[in-house]
Amino acid sequence: MSETSFPAFAGARRLPNLFDVVAAVCILGALVYVLGVARGTLAPLDAPEATTIVLDPWALPGYAVRTTLRMFAALFCSLVFTFTYATWAAKSRRAGLILIPILDVLQSVPILGFLTFTVVFFMSLFPGRVLGAELAAIFAIFTSQAWNMAFSLYQSLKTVPADLDEATRSFRLTAWQRFWRLEVPWAMPGLVWNTMMSMSGGWFFVVASEAISVGDVTWKLPGIGSYVALAMDEGDIAAVGYAILAMLIVILAYDQLLFRPLVAWSSKFKFELTAAEDVEDPWVLKLLRRTRVLRTLSGGLGHVFDTIGGARLAGRPRRRPAVARAPSKLGDGLFIAVLAVAVLVAATTIVRYVAASLAWTDLIEALELGLITLLRVVVLMVLATLVWVPIGVWLGLRPKWGRRIQPLAQFMAAFPANLFFPVFVVSIVYFSGDPDIWLTPLMILGTQWYILFNVIAGASAFPGDLQEAAANFRVGGWLWWRRVILPGVFPYYVTGAITASGGSWNAAIVSEVVSWRGTKLQAHGLGSYIAQATADGATEKVVLGVVVMSCFVIAFNRLLWRPLYSFAARRLTLG
Amino acid sequence: MDQVLTETLLQVSGVRQSYHKESSADLVVLDDVAVQLRSGEIVGLLGRSGSGKSTLLRIIAGLLTPTAGTVEWLGRPLTGPAEGVAMVFQSFALFPWLTVQENVELGLEAQGVPRAEREARGEVAIDLIGLGGYESAYPKELSGGMRQRVGLARALVVHPDLLLMDEPFSALDVLTAETLRTDLIDLWSEGKLPVKSVLMVTHNIEEAVLMCDRILVFSSNPGRVASELRVPFPHPRNRLDPAFRQMVDDIYALMTRRALASRAPAAPPTMSMSLHPVSTNLMAGLMETLAAPPYNGRADLPALAGSLQLELDDLLPMGEALHLFHMGVLEEGDLRLTDRGRDFVEADTDDRKRIFAEALRANVPLAAQIRRVLDDRPNHRAAAVRFRDELEDFMSPDYADDTLTAAIAWGRYAELYSYDEEADQFFLDEEE
Repeated sequence: MSETSFPAFAGARRLPNLFDVVAAVCILGALVYVLGVARGTLAPLDAPEATTIVLDPWALPGYAVRTTLRMFAALFCSLVFTFTYATWAAKSRRAGLILIPILDVLQSVPILGFLTFTVVFFMSLFPGRVLGAELAAIFAIFTSQAWNMAFSLYQSLKTVPADLDEATRSFRLTAWQRFWRLEVPWAMPGLVWNTMMSMSGGWFFVVASEAISVGDVTWKLPGIGSYVALAMDEGDIAAVGYAILAMLIVILAYDQLLFRPLVAWSSKFKFELTAAEDVEDPWVLKLLRRTRVLRTLSGGLGHVFDTIGGARLAGRPRRRPAVARAPSKLGDGLFIAVLAVAVLVAATTIVRYVAASLAWTDLIEALELGLITLLRVVVLMVLATLVWVPIGVWLGLRPKWGRRIQPLAQFMAAFPANLFFPVFVVSIVYFSGDPDIWLTPLMILGTQWYILFNVIAGASAFPGDLQEAAANFRVGGWLWWRRVILPGVFPYYVTGAITASGGSWNAAIVSEVVSWRGTKLQAHGLGSYIAQATADGATEKVVLGVVVMSCFVIAFNRLLWRPLYSFAARRLTLG
Repeated sequence: MDQVLTETLLQVSGVRQSYHKESSADLVVLDDVAVQLRSGEIVGLLGRSGSGKSTLLRIIAGLLTPTAGTVEWLGRPLTGPAEGVAMVFQSFALFPWLTVQENVELGLEAQGVPRAEREARGEVAIDLIGLGGYESAYPKELSGGMRQRVGLARALVVHPDLLLMDEPFSALDVLTAETLRTDLIDLWSEGKLPVKSVLMVTHNIEEAVLMCDRILVFSSNPGRVASELRVPFPHPRNRLDPAFRQMVDDIYALMTRRALASRAPAAPPTMSMSLHPVSTNLMAGLMETLAAPPYNGRADLPALAGSLQLELDDLLPMGEALHLFHMGVLEEGDLRLTDRGRDFVEADTDDRKRIFAEALRANVPLAAQIRRVLDDRPNHRAAAVRFRDELEDFMSPDYADDTLTAAIAWGRYAELYSYDEEADQFFLDEEE
């Protein structure tokens, strides 16, 4: 691609090629379709076509687009949130003191429990319009995506390499230029990866949040989730199959069209100065790079971004102070006082709200049910570990298999497991199984894959020389597992297990109560407590349930996962 | 470059940099440093690691504010990174996501230079530094030497009055470093470098004598300008020239003398002594080398450094460690093996450990104290943090870490005590 050709030929090269025509038709067609579907969001809620779901398979493409649009709207909000919140937390010491713990707690709160409140809130903003329910759904997805993205950016901003920071300062880049030239590119690989993880998690919530009932009122937003909900009410197993197929296509498209190219592109920001082995570009990225019009377009976009990022906004860098300036005591005091008042007000509000209609017995009941759900999570984690760790190790040590299975596991993690619920429910109803036992696996249906693909990644990253050493000393059998491979994959396992266990708590709310053609299956647990309270419109009980569940999740993280994680980071990583 | 009229570019006077710690007095990194830079000269800041020379460079670059003292750039007090000062980093500090061309243009972009001019100037700088053809490469595709050339081009493209270089060649292999040095000096002598003056930090004595017109030798703890030397040789210089060798030898002698003077030989060693974690393997290897021909117990440091391919920064701490244990003596740029050192060389593993343990208890009060505390305790365990805290009363946390690391490694080798990393505790093995 030399730029030295003569102008006449350069002109000829600008003519569109075949790829351009294909790309243009596809893009325009998609745009027109999306716009048409999106117009539905502005319709009044009681208009017949606005919220009526039909089980005709041909309606599914439209529903799929609505679902996907919701997803991307939430993603956009998450990105805006990430860039403001995380940047603020990283740049201001005082803000960071409170913003980061808040993020930590928000990450552990079972989002689905809050749907009741958010729906009521957004409906009151846009009374009688579909938009209110849409915003509530988008908000639910947003809350499932934003936290870990913000965390990722915050952590990157806090770990910018010192020499690059000094280089930008000594070349007098302004704070704005530094942000776009150094900090954002540095954060990019982590952010893209976390966005991908968020999107994976988000499909679950988009499906769960499309059909919401609070008390007697039920909102059904056109989408795959509502389609499945209706199919379950009417007991139409064929429709469930269609929905699963539609979702497969949507996720496959999103994976191929968006995330593979994005991840491949973001690898250029990886901070490694050694040339890694070349991985072939995904076909979409190739198409983008080869299609002239698209290339010119993306080149132009890049140019615009360059100009924006290069703008000399904000002040010139100043010297770092000689001594870390002792923070103003008065300011700190004021800050803490304001904080204390806020905490006090919040706590009394919660207590008063809950205490108005609930007694101590309710709390004890919630705690007991919490313990039951905890037991479920623990048993499932143990089972999933016993099943997937050996399989993951086996696959990871055989690169041929690992390379094929790992994307599949990632794909399975993204697939909203709630679409598969009906299949299980049908069999439980058919065999009249005990819901307390047989509903349990649903919790981990979607989240077990995180364990699998992380273990595969860990095993395939296991150093070859250590493997050879183990073979050379004829280390085999249980000794090999105990001394060689398990410590080797442990850090990766913990990463996957944290995600899996967090996801399972959330899934409890939708998986401990399910219904099929009027038959309602209910297991005992905190999840079904919250779900039941939501259905009854008993908001005090919802608050209580959500608070108790948050406490369980936070305690679980603090007492188990965090110590394990720091142990893994300290002792079981090389170098 | 025979300018008679030279202008003063930079005036540093009375600069002091101290690290403030709540519990104790200030820990001084730089003390009363004065430097003047005029146009047309290459000045070297030569010193051991930890002598504060890099800190001084960052103060001059406007990245750090000194605790006291003034820095004037072109007659005006410095408040931040100045226009006309560009820096080359030891680690190159290249942006992995920018191409060579984009990396080079970074400084121009910050100045708001229009795109077309930026590209043109970038190409000129890239060609000047011998990187033509690599414009679209990413840093990870380049070798270390090529990367540092990018770092140089990035600094030169802004046409700085002053070029700051922070150990620019120390991350490169010997051959690459030498090529880059001579290329740079050639460009300088031919007047092709668009800079008025160069200030470089180095711990390599030969490099300083090879490149600089003036050398400021730093002493450590606190960092001070101990002596100022003028290098009288014209470029290009010949490393094998006897006068060149003599100057290198003299600086070695100067620096070993300085190093020992700061140890105050008359006073008995105390807890406040900072230790450099030198591996016992290296010490043993050095003593074995010294005992064998051609050295037969005495070696000239520059010659030893040359034959072992070691930098001053590597060799001097080893020599000092031997000196500390009375296994060797540093004097006038030479390292001599003592009788105890010779005993050590001739002993087998167990006896070596015994000799080392004796030397450790006698000469490192920290190790002796750790052992004493462990002996006193009924459970023979003691948290390392109490020793770290104690050390931090005398030195910066980094130094305290180094010192404790040295005490742990030496104590383990001598089997004087053990250390449990998980619990961060010292303990005695059961059978002892």
